[in-house]
Amino acid sequence: MKRNRMGLIALIAVVAAVVYPFVFSSTEATTIVFYALLYVAIASSWNIIGGFTGYISLGHAAFFGLGAYTIALVADHLGIPGGYGLFLVALLGGVVAALFAVPMGFIALRLRTIHSFVIVTIAYLFMFQLLAFNLLGVTNGSSGLAIPQPNWSGAFFNMPFYFAALVLAVLTVLLAYWIRNSRFGLGLLAIRDDEDKAAGVGVDTWKHKFAAYIISAVPIGIAGAIYAYFSSYIYPQTVFDPMIDLTIVLSAFLGGMGTLLGPILGAFILQPAQQLLTFYTGAAGWDLVLFGVLFLVVILLMPSGIVPTIVERTRRARVREAVQKADETVPTPDANPAAGGGPR
Amino acid sequence: MNLVFGSVVLGILSGGIYALMAVGLTLSFGVLEVINIAQGMLVVVGAYLSFALESYWHIDPLLGLLITIPTLFLLGFGIEWAFLRPLKQDRVALSILVTYAVALILEGLMGLWFGDNFVAIHAWYVDAAINVFGLYIADIYLIGFALAIVLLGAVYLLLYRSKFGAALRATVQNREAAVLIGIDVQRISTLTFAIATGLTAAGGMLFGATTAFNANSMLDLISRLLMIIILGGMGSMGGALVASLIMLVSVDVVSVAYTPTWSTFVFFALTVVVMVVRPQGLFGAPPARKV
Amino acid sequence: MSAVLNVQGVRKRFGGLEALAGCTFAVEEGSITSLIGPNGSGKTTLFNTVTGFVTPDEGEVSLRGEQIQALSPDRIYDRGLGRTFQQVRIFSRLTVLENVLVATSRSSVIKGLLARTRQSERDRAMDLLNFVNIARLADVPAGSLSFGQKKLLEIATILVGEPKVLLLDEPAGGVNPTMTAQIGEKIRELNQRGITFLVVEHNMEFVMGISHRVVVMARGKVIAEGSPDEVRRDPKVLEAYLGA
Repeated sequence: MKRNRMGLIALIAVVAAVVYPFVFSSTEATTIVFYALLYVAIASSWNIIGGFTGYISLGHAAFFGLGAYTIALVADHLGIPGGYGLFLVALLGGVVAALFAVPMGFIALRLRTIHSFVIVTIAYLFMFQLLAFNLLGVTNGSSGLAIPQPNWSGAFFNMPFYFAALVLAVLTVLLAYWIRNSRFGLGLLAIRDDEDKAAGVGVDTWKHKFAAYIISAVPIGIAGAIYAYFSSYIYPQTVFDPMIDLTIVLSAFLGGMGTLLGPILGAFILQPAQQLLTFYTGAAGWDLVLFGVLFLVVILLMPSGIVPTIVERTRRARVREAVQKADETVPTPDANPAAGGGPR
Repeated sequence: MNLVFGSVVLGILSGGIYALMAVGLTLSFGVLEVINIAQGMLVVVGAYLSFALESYWHIDPLLGLLITIPTLFLLGFGIEWAFLRPLKQDRVALSILVTYAVALILEGLMGLWFGDNFVAIHAWYVDAAINVFGLYIADIYLIGFALAIVLLGAVYLLLYRSKFGAALRATVQNREAAVLIGIDVQRISTLTFAIATGLTAAGGMLFGATTAFNANSMLDLISRLLMIIILGGMGSMGGALVASLIMLVSVDVVSVAYTPTWSTFVFFALTVVVMVVRPQGLFGAPPARKV
Repeated sequence: MSAVLNVQGVRKRFGGLEALAGCTFAVEEGSITSLIGPNGSGKTTLFNTVTGFVTPDEGEVSLRGEQIQALSPDRIYDRGLGRTFQQVRIFSRLTVLENVLVATSRSSVIKGLLARTRQSERDRAMDLLNFVNIARLADVPAGSLSFGQKKLLEIATILVGEPKVLLLDEPAGGVNPTMTAQIGEKIRELNQRGITFLVVEHNMEFVMGISHRVVVMARGKVIAEGSPDEVRRDPKVLEAYLGA
């Protein structure tokens, strides 16, 4: 019953997203939702490692950048012109991200502490940024790379990108949903709550984290490629950008880390807010201050994010009652239903 | 060859300065279990304070430390009290986010006040230089190194020769146990964070006197400082010092002997290699399973 | 009766402290064996060593003849040895039912990715929750349970893997007398179904009530073992407690 209702809401949301660009077809309107959808995909896939296991990666922008450079380089070297074909090349961005994620995950997860994981992942981001700046022969350094553009015109230009982002977002959320409900996902959530205890009941924690890390790189790689294609030109500092990681984490966090709905909600609140903020504050500086203040206010007032806070509020009273009632009945030995119990 | 030797000397001297910046990070990690992402930005704030004192009121940067250190001490006190102390659950994750947010706010404010232009702190000892084996090294490096040694020595004495230090070290070893034996961990935490931030003012002045900087420099700084503490072993004071020296020497040697372009990358790659062989860092202890 | 768990000359140092100084004893198949001793005598370290949370410096631990001292905790669990913790440990943000199901996710990562939990596993998990009398709390986040309920949940969690040997670290610690009786009852019931127990416990009444054998440790060594009555009469035991 509850599951059906959630499915219905999800269906309505997807239909709304499909209809939206036909109703609000201006470039500004579709651009804003395009970015929001892209970040739904990014934050939801980050959530697979960061939210489910609690291993907060601050370097997933590395995969974003890898995807972006993949599409730029492949299009350039194979001479692929702008058009629908480049969306297939964007998928390659996911493959490349996964290939890099294997050694990166191996090293970052070697020490079983979240602290060192966080720092090593930050280091990855800066290493890739440095590489993009320095490998002049490949990346063209700080001059950046262009991506061939399609000859779509006017308001239609955004449409293919919008739907590519929508498909990616839907698939990523489904992936996260699938994982959340799989045995594997249960293992990941157990790691978040108590990693050593999880090992104690037979969860191979290292493999779980490693697999989650690699899986979570794929949609972000694809998203990076779509972003690069959309923005037509990439620079090391725009695709290997620490702000991307911050936005990911904040989206996931704002909505509720480790929940399925959280990153979606977070991305849809944060992305438009960020765009408006940059648009209205104009002066570089105020946007950072406002962003930071917003960030602090949310963390201090709602330390577990929107979704868990709401869930908690609605269910707290009910749970407390149930626990007390059960506690009263447990200690009386006669009340033992003794499932399959032996003779006493 | 002499040039390389000179760059080793320069690396050691500037390594001392970096150790001063990194030790704040190590202290707050050890005691509060907080990765202070704002550390890079606090260095920049320290640098800007010294810069402002020098260029608006002509206060000598070294003398100005008497103003900037207490100012940052108070700033650190405020940050810990207002933003870190209220965190109860998920401290690891939330403290990263909180300090990142603090860094952004400070970055925005510094950008608004001082603009985008790169600036540097000036003083006679910044502009004078001595010749070390063919490499001119500004006096500030020698002063900076000496200052770093003095301040790090003071931290060492505080840690190992004072009652506060004993309580602090107990907290580093086991936060829960420290509470049980009656240590006011909350007070220790606030003071440690404040002291760490205060020290950063000195690190910031030296950074600003040896490097041109703007508000955006914090990203470059925090990435380097984080790599230093992870190479040294998180929470290890001596590790931070040794790793700073390794970093700056390797960066300077690569710059002189090969090219400045790859100097930082070489250090980063070196650290990652160390992580493969010795994931707990040079002086870190491998984490025990929680039982 | 044969020994299911064998601890042979195990040593472990932490810095200058020798927590285990050549510890040797055996747990017989089908028994409830208790491990007692003054604080700091090495009981918990021994537990951690047997279950793979701590690697011994020297010595062997074998489970039914197979050496396990070098295996990781999850591997040891796979071989049929489960444990609970002194500080009760559950996955506080998972529901009670999910807590039990986690232990069923022992398939490989790939298989675990493709597989959902089966109805039969859910049924079994519910049976176990029924067994420890907390089935009605199945959908509640485990973090909101009372302390005693958490202990029961922890036992249910461990039982999923059908361990042949269970190590309980202070099962009666911190719970009220009625709950203690309840837990003792469950242990006996499970023992009758063929599970061997090794229990660390300070509550002597509890220990003497349920144990077949008692092993006494002091300063990292086994100093006495035997039936509850024998141990009670052993002067060395009294000395160890008083001398500590």
